[in-house]
Amino acid sequence: MKVFFSFIKKEFWHVLRDKRSMIILVGLPIMMILLYGFALSNEVKNSTVAILDNAQDEASHLLTDRFEHSQYFSVVQYLHNEKEIEEVFEKGKARLVVIFPQNFSDGLAHSRAGQVRLIGDASDPNTANIVINYASAIIRDYQAELIDNQALPYSIKVETRMLYNPQLLSTFNFVPGVMTLILMLLGAMMTSVSIVKEKENGTMEILLVSPMRPIFVVISKAIPYMVLCFVDVLIILVMAYTVLDMPMRGNLALLLAESLLFILTTLSLGLLISAVVNSQQVAMFISLVGLLMPSLIFSGFMFPIENMPLPMQIISNIVPTKWYYSIVKSIMVKGLDFSYVYKQTAILAGMTLFFMALAIKKFKVRLE
Amino acid sequence: MQNNNIVIETHELTRRFGDFTAVDAITFKVSAGEIFGFLGANGAGKTTAMRILCGLLSPTSGKARVAGYDVYTESELIKKQIGYMSQKFSLYENLTVKENIQFFGGIYGIERRELKEKTAELIDRLGLHNESNKLVGSLPLGWKQKISFSTAILHRPQIVFLDEPTGGVDPITRRQFWDMIYETADSGITIFVTTHYMDEAEYCNRVSIMVDGAIAALDTPAGLKNTFNTNSMDGVFLQLARGAKRSE
Amino acid sequence: MNNLLILLQKEFRQIFRNPTILRMILAMPIIQLILIPFAADYEIKNISVSVVDLDHSDYSRRLVEKMAATGYFKLVEYGSSYQNTLQTVGKGETDIIMTIPADFEKNLIRENTASIHLAADAVNGVRAGLGSGYAAQIIADFNREIRSEWLTLAAFNEIPQIEITSASWYNPHFDYHLFMVPGILAILVTMVGSFMAALNIVAEKEAGTIEQLNVTPLKKHEFILGKLIPFWILGLVSITMGMVVAYLVFGIIPLGHYLTVYAFAAVYLLGVLGIGLLISTFSDTQQQATLFSFFFMMIFILMGGLYTPIESMPVWAQWIAAFNPPAYFIKVIRAVFIKGSNFGDLLPEFYKMIAFALVFNTLAIVNYRKRSA
Repeated sequence: MKVFFSFIKKEFWHVLRDKRSMIILVGLPIMMILLYGFALSNEVKNSTVAILDNAQDEASHLLTDRFEHSQYFSVVQYLHNEKEIEEVFEKGKARLVVIFPQNFSDGLAHSRAGQVRLIGDASDPNTANIVINYASAIIRDYQAELIDNQALPYSIKVETRMLYNPQLLSTFNFVPGVMTLILMLLGAMMTSVSIVKEKENGTMEILLVSPMRPIFVVISKAIPYMVLCFVDVLIILVMAYTVLDMPMRGNLALLLAESLLFILTTLSLGLLISAVVNSQQVAMFISLVGLLMPSLIFSGFMFPIENMPLPMQIISNIVPTKWYYSIVKSIMVKGLDFSYVYKQTAILAGMTLFFMALAIKKFKVRLE
Repeated sequence: MQNNNIVIETHELTRRFGDFTAVDAITFKVSAGEIFGFLGANGAGKTTAMRILCGLLSPTSGKARVAGYDVYTESELIKKQIGYMSQKFSLYENLTVKENIQFFGGIYGIERRELKEKTAELIDRLGLHNESNKLVGSLPLGWKQKISFSTAILHRPQIVFLDEPTGGVDPITRRQFWDMIYETADSGITIFVTTHYMDEAEYCNRVSIMVDGAIAALDTPAGLKNTFNTNSMDGVFLQLARGAKRSE
Repeated sequence: MNNLLILLQKEFRQIFRNPTILRMILAMPIIQLILIPFAADYEIKNISVSVVDLDHSDYSRRLVEKMAATGYFKLVEYGSSYQNTLQTVGKGETDIIMTIPADFEKNLIRENTASIHLAADAVNGVRAGLGSGYAAQIIADFNREIRSEWLTLAAFNEIPQIEITSASWYNPHFDYHLFMVPGILAILVTMVGSFMAALNIVAEKEAGTIEQLNVTPLKKHEFILGKLIPFWILGLVSITMGMVVAYLVFGIIPLGHYLTVYAFAAVYLLGVLGIGLLISTFSDTQQQATLFSFFFMMIFILMGGLYTPIESMPVWAQWIAAFNPPAYFIKVIRAVFIKGSNFGDLLPEFYKMIAFALVFNTLAIVNYRKRSA
C-alpha cells in the first residue's frame, strides 16, 4: 500500500509540473462556461434585415419603424427593386427581406387587406425559421393594434407554464453538457494518452518490474486525472452557481456521487484504450473519434436525440455520456431524487464494471 | 587535415539557466584529427556544453569557435562542418535504413549520384544488406547506433559530436563502435565524444573531466593517471568526483 | 529547393507509413459528415404530449385529434390528473402536458371564453418555447375553426387583415443537411490543418529527431515549408473526400463553382496551418499539443457560427468571432454551396483570409527557433 501511494505521489508531480497543460485543463471548463453563458445564445437577436418598400406610405413606414426598433432585428439596407434581393443574400448581408406591396396603406384601409411578403435566407434553416416567426409576430402585433385589441367571441385562452426554467435560459441545458464533455476529455483521453506515452518511451517496463501489481501501476497513473476531473466538476458547479446564477435544485451530495461514478466510467474507458494501443497518436485518434465525437453527437446536449434516425437512436443508448447528461439534468435542474435516476445510474455502473473488467483482462493478457 | 590545426576553441564559455550555472567558464582547445573525450558525472554539464558547440543552444558569456566559426553569429555555418549524434536516438524509426541515410545525406547537400554510391558503400561496410529496407524502429539498439554514427559522418564533416553514443549496448558492440571511431579519426575527422564509461576514456587522445560545470582536469589519459597517482581512469575520476556538489 | 524536396519526400513516406494519420484523414470526414448531419436536425418535432382531458367533450377530442394530426406532436399518454402526469415529465417521457379543464366546451360556448393549460419541460428552453408555441398555434387554429362555425363570414371582414406570405430561399424545405454539411467540411479542414500538423511537429520534438535536424544546415523556412506543404495537400485531399461523401450520402453539390471552394480552401488552409505551427511551438509533448488544439478547436467551433448565428452574440463576442478564421470559412463555404455565391461576392472574406494566413505564419515563424535562447 505504501508503494502504491508513493507511485500516486510521483504521478501527481508529473501531472502538476506540466503547467501549460494544467492551465488548459482548468481553463477549458471556465472558457466553455463563459462562452456558453455569455456569448452563445440560441435566441436570435440583431438579425440583419433588408426592406423593399414599394408602398412608401404611412403603414409601411410605421411597420419599418417597428423593425428598426425591435431588438431582434437591425435594418441594414433599403432595396429598390426585386433584383437586389438576390445580391443581398449572396453577399450574406441580410437574413431576411421584407417586401411591402404598392398601396399597402390603401389596401388596409379600403379592401381591409394588405399583403406583406417575407423572404428568408434559409441556407441557415434554423435561423430563417425563427427570423420569419419573429417578423410575423411584429406584423401581427401591428395588426392587433389596428383592430384595437377588440375581444373576439368564442376565445380559447392558452395559459402556458414553463416547468423548471420559466425564463427559458439556455444555461440549464449547457452546464450539464459542458460537464459531460470535459469529463470525457479528461478522464478518457488524458488518461489513455499518458499511459500510452510511458509505453512509447519504454518507461512502462521499468514501472512494471517494480514490486507492484501491474494494474495498480496503471491505476496510479489514472488517479491524478481522476482528481483533476473532480476539481473540474467543482469549478463548473461553482461557476454555474455564482456567475450564471443557476440554482442547484437537487441534492448536491447525490450529484457529486453520480459524477464520481461517471469519472470512473471515463477512466475505465481510458484504461481500456491504453491496454490495447501502443502509440500516443492511436490513443488520441481512438479517444477523439471513438469517444469524444460520439459523446458530442449522442449525449443529447448538442443534437436532439429524438430527431435522429432510428439506428442512431439505438446507438445512443450505448454511449455513457447520454446517461450521465440525463442524470445531471434531472438532479441539478429538475431537483429530482435518486428514485428518478436509479435506472441511469445502474446502466452507468454496469458499463463501468464491464469496461474495467475488460481493461484488466486485456492488461493481463499483454503483460504475461 | 593538417595536424595541430585547432578546430574547437573555447574561452571562459558559460551558460546559465536562471541562477543555475550549467557550464562554468570552460576553456579548452581541440586539434584536428583528435579524439577528445568529454567526461563527467550525470548533470556535470557535458551535454549543455556540447549543445552550445553544435549551435543548438546560445551561450550566456565567453567565447567559442568551432571549425573556425563563431558560435554566436555563425552557427548556421558551423552546422555545415559538423556531424552530431544525440543521446536520444535520432534516426526516424518509421523510415528504412536506406531512407534515413538518403534523407540526412540529402539535407547536407550530397549530390544524388554520390549519395547513392555512399549509401551502398555504407550498407556494405555495416553488413546491413538484408536490413537496408527494414524500418529502423525494428532494429536492435546497437545497430541503430552504428547507423546513426555513420549517418552523422556521411557528409565528411570536420568534427563529429557524439553524445554518450554507446549508452545501453553490450561490450562487444561498444568495442566495434570504438573501432569505427578510430577509423573515422584516422580519416581526419575530429571526434568530440561524451561518455561516462571510464574504459572508453582510455581510448581517447585527450580527456577533459567536468565537475559541477567546470573543467577539473584536462590531459592525456596517461598524463591524468600520472598526476593523480593512480593506475586507472576510474581512480582519476573518483578522486575528482568526490568533491562534486551536484550529481543525480 | 533541393532540401525542400528531400524533406517532402521524407514527410510523405512517414505519413503514408503511419496508419493512424491515414485513418484520421479517411475516417474523420466520413464519420463526421455522415453522423453529424443526421444528428443535427434541429427542427422541433416529435414533441411528446401528454393530455389530461378533464372535459371528455366533443371539442376536447377534436382538439386532441388535431394536435396529433400535425406531425409535430406525439401523444404519449392520457393522464388522469395533472399531478400524476407531472411525474412523466420528471422522467423525461413527456415534453408538454396539455390540460383541458372540465367544462371546457360548455364555457367556450356559453361564457364565450375557455382556457387550456400547457406545461412544458423547459430544461431545453428553445424546445419548450417553440414546442409550446406550435401547440398554441394549433389551438388558435382550432379556435378559428370553432369561431367560424358559429359566426358568419361577414363579421370577419370588418377586421383589417394583413396577409403574411413567407418564402424561404435557397433551402425551401428547411433541409438541415444542406446547412450542416458545408459547415462540417469547414471544421474538417480546420482540424486536419491545425491539429494534425501540430501533432506531427511535436511528435518529432518528442522523438528527439528535431534536434538532429537542428544541427544540420537545413534552413528554418525549409523545415517549416517541409512540414506545412504535406498537410496543406492533405487538407485539400480531405475536403475533396468530404465533398465526395457529401455527394454520395446526401446528394449535396455546391451550387457555386468548385474552383471557388478550392481557392478559398487553399488560402484558408495556409492560415490554419500557421495556427497549427504556432501550437507546436509552444508545446513540448503530443499530449500538450492535443490539449491546446482541443482548446482552440472548441473556441473555433463555438465562435464560428456553426450552430448559433454570430450576429446574435453580444458585441464583445462578435469581436472575438471577427478574429476567428473558421467563422469566415464556414460563412464562405456555406454561401458557395447553398447560395451559389461567386468569388466576387466573397472578395472581402478572401482578403481577410490572406491576412490571417500572413499573421499566423509570421507569428509561428518568429516563435520557431532552431536554437534555444
